[in-house]
Amino acid sequence: MKLSFSSEDEQFREEIASWLKENLVGEFEKIRFRGGGGDEHMFSEERHTWEKKLAEGGWTCVGWPKEDGGRGCSIEQQVIFFEEYARAGGPGRVGHIGEGLTGPTLIAFGNEEQKARFLPGIINGTELWCQGYSEPSAGSDLANVKTKARFDEAKGKWVINGQKVWTSLAHEADWCFVIARTDPDSIAHKGLGFFLVKMDQPGIQIRPIEQLTGTSEFNEVFFDDAECGAGDIVGQPGAGWGVAMGLLAFERGVSTLGQQMSFQNELDQVVETARENGSAKDPAIRQRIADAHIGLKIMRYNSMRMLSGGGDGSLQKEAMIYKLYWSSWHRNLGKLAMDVLGAESEIVQNDPYDLTRLQSLFLFTRADTIYGGTNQIQRNIIAERALGMPKEAKVAPQSN
Amino acid sequence: MEFAFTEEQEMIRDTAAAFLAEVSDSESIRKAMALEQGYDSDVWQRITAEMYWQAIHIPEEYGGMGLGYVELVAMLEQMGKYLLCSPFFSTVCLGANALMVAGTDDQKTQYLSQIAEGSLTATLAYTGTGGRWDAKAVEATYLESDGAYILNGTLRYIPDGHTAGLLIVAARQDGSSGEQGISLFAVPADTAGVQRTWLPTMDQTRKQAEIQLSNVTLSKEALMGDAGNAWNNLNKIIGLANVAVAAEQMGGAQQALDLTVEYTQERVQFNRTIASFQAVKHKAADMMLKAEVAKSAVYYAACVAQEALFGGHLADQISEAASIAKAYCSDAYFFNTGCAIQLYGGVGFTWEYDIQLYFKRAKSSETFLGNGAYHRELIAQQLLD
Repeated sequence: MKLSFSSEDEQFREEIASWLKENLVGEFEKIRFRGGGGDEHMFSEERHTWEKKLAEGGWTCVGWPKEDGGRGCSIEQQVIFFEEYARAGGPGRVGHIGEGLTGPTLIAFGNEEQKARFLPGIINGTELWCQGYSEPSAGSDLANVKTKARFDEAKGKWVINGQKVWTSLAHEADWCFVIARTDPDSIAHKGLGFFLVKMDQPGIQIRPIEQLTGTSEFNEVFFDDAECGAGDIVGQPGAGWGVAMGLLAFERGVSTLGQQMSFQNELDQVVETARENGSAKDPAIRQRIADAHIGLKIMRYNSMRMLSGGGDGSLQKEAMIYKLYWSSWHRNLGKLAMDVLGAESEIVQNDPYDLTRLQSLFLFTRADTIYGGTNQIQRNIIAERALGMPKEAKVAPQSN
Repeated sequence: MEFAFTEEQEMIRDTAAAFLAEVSDSESIRKAMALEQGYDSDVWQRITAEMYWQAIHIPEEYGGMGLGYVELVAMLEQMGKYLLCSPFFSTVCLGANALMVAGTDDQKTQYLSQIAEGSLTATLAYTGTGGRWDAKAVEATYLESDGAYILNGTLRYIPDGHTAGLLIVAARQDGSSGEQGISLFAVPADTAGVQRTWLPTMDQTRKQAEIQLSNVTLSKEALMGDAGNAWNNLNKIIGLANVAVAAEQMGGAQQALDLTVEYTQERVQFNRTIASFQAVKHKAADMMLKAEVAKSAVYYAACVAQEALFGGHLADQISEAASIAKAYCSDAYFFNTGCAIQLYGGVGFTWEYDIQLYFKRAKSSETFLGNGAYHRELIAQQLLD
């Protein structure tokens, strides 16, 4: 076991840290530490400009292979990049779905034409992506997709009908990847396709979802004869589930390290608040703050173990605990923040419903244990796939 | 960065597991724990002569194997898993560590070599009767007189204190308080004025003793380091010990999970294995989370402990890393064994099934060197005061 970074890696750290110091200034000063979870709807235009700035410096898609236009960074360097980015207060990345999900999926499953068409826009920060997985009847039961895609011979295009939900950044995105049923008689994970769909077209309507935070990071997206080019399906019709599952593995990879630095920023604010308002003297609060500190430290060690295992960042059995662990930790931090604030926790900054960062943390973290696989689904996955306990009994699905 | 066992470390772990499966099965544990000395002398003889485990991280110049804390932790994890009854923890993780941190060259040459060759067992005796684990735990006192030290006081909760051949004793200068005035002494157990009494314990797999010091007179050669300035060393020894306990706890937490998954897949109720019920699966999933997170905490702390003992830039993180590991693993082990008894149901409450032994070890190891709340408060002091 070795815990130290090589001198080349430390040099790399120096490089990204000083680039951020020089560039995350001026017009970008106001978006430092902004646009993260619970704040994703803020400053989207400025953050898009920032995304292009990052791209100019060669700091997008750092983990992609060089032959696909990435920076070809090792796992260690990616860890360093995300750490330094978060440490500097780098704003929430509007390009993260393209960089973290679409790109790796196309690199793994896409054809040359698709890579040539879509990867440059992600690398340059010019084209933004959103994710079309969940539907009103496909939440935890993600394969229960009702959205349909049929190939229209006359148009020479795929035509998509249905509805997606919980789509973040939908109104800013240029493209959406969508799983839709290519075989109308199929059920569950069979007969699905993975489509790359242009957002700016008459067949697509977006409706923001007003959340309990009073804000709208998430949207509903309606597909009403939306069109998708014949070449814009990844993999074969009917093989979309495999592509989608491969993508979920990417979703839980390296970028979670950067998320931890944001968590550290939040925890620091809670600690600071406790010292200022005197609650740091309360023995119960002291215990919980220390517990949060311990939990976050070990979260980092978890990631280090996870990333040391499969050199490609793929998931080992042990890594299945990851989502359950961080989401529960983060939700607890939100509650702790309110308890540290005490009576003041109720007072919002302005009408209407202008929440402080910690209030937003408290409310938004209730989503953490739901999206991307609820804690209950995570426990099923751990018990069945990691511990080999019996699977849930299947109830015969209704046909679509 | 390679935050995983090397092939060699995996081999050490697997060899330990294979040997322990043979010598520390249910029957052997129960036989050993019924003895006042708390271990089977033949097994200890095999460990020291055949396996050479006691020498694992002792430097080669003292006859040790010269491996590191990560290798030690890899073995401790298995000892926790198999609930080994032996003086290994007290001798190696308290005694040898104390000598390596604070011993003079002469003390190391004499005692470390004897420990390495398997002829000497040892322990650390720093806690008085007050039930504390910090500097205020040191209650025994010493007076300096004519170039000699005269020790008095009662030491309690001392692991293997009634059997260890060498006692590393902490005492404070008469009249001192807190972190001031503390000294460490290497005291052969047969020194005049040392009286030792076995204390029967709820967890029978790890023995404790009370040690009475009545005008124990020691020469200067017994003093470890500077007189009155030993708190930093003692604190480091305690940190290293916490990492070791946490490693055993983590192994035990994993074993509680493994035994529970196995049992629930055999036990049938309502015409199905109880492992097929979501209420059971979700509890098992929570147990796996605790065991895995405990591993991350222990492996990191092991790397820090390695540098604390042998040098490196992480060395001064030892107190924090040890508290993190001990706080998490104490709670995780207790949680997992508590869940295990619940999921076993009625048989989990019997003397016959081994899960009770793990439950009791979880509690005793949680208490020893400070429970989760104690270590969280130490962290809180660093963060908040």
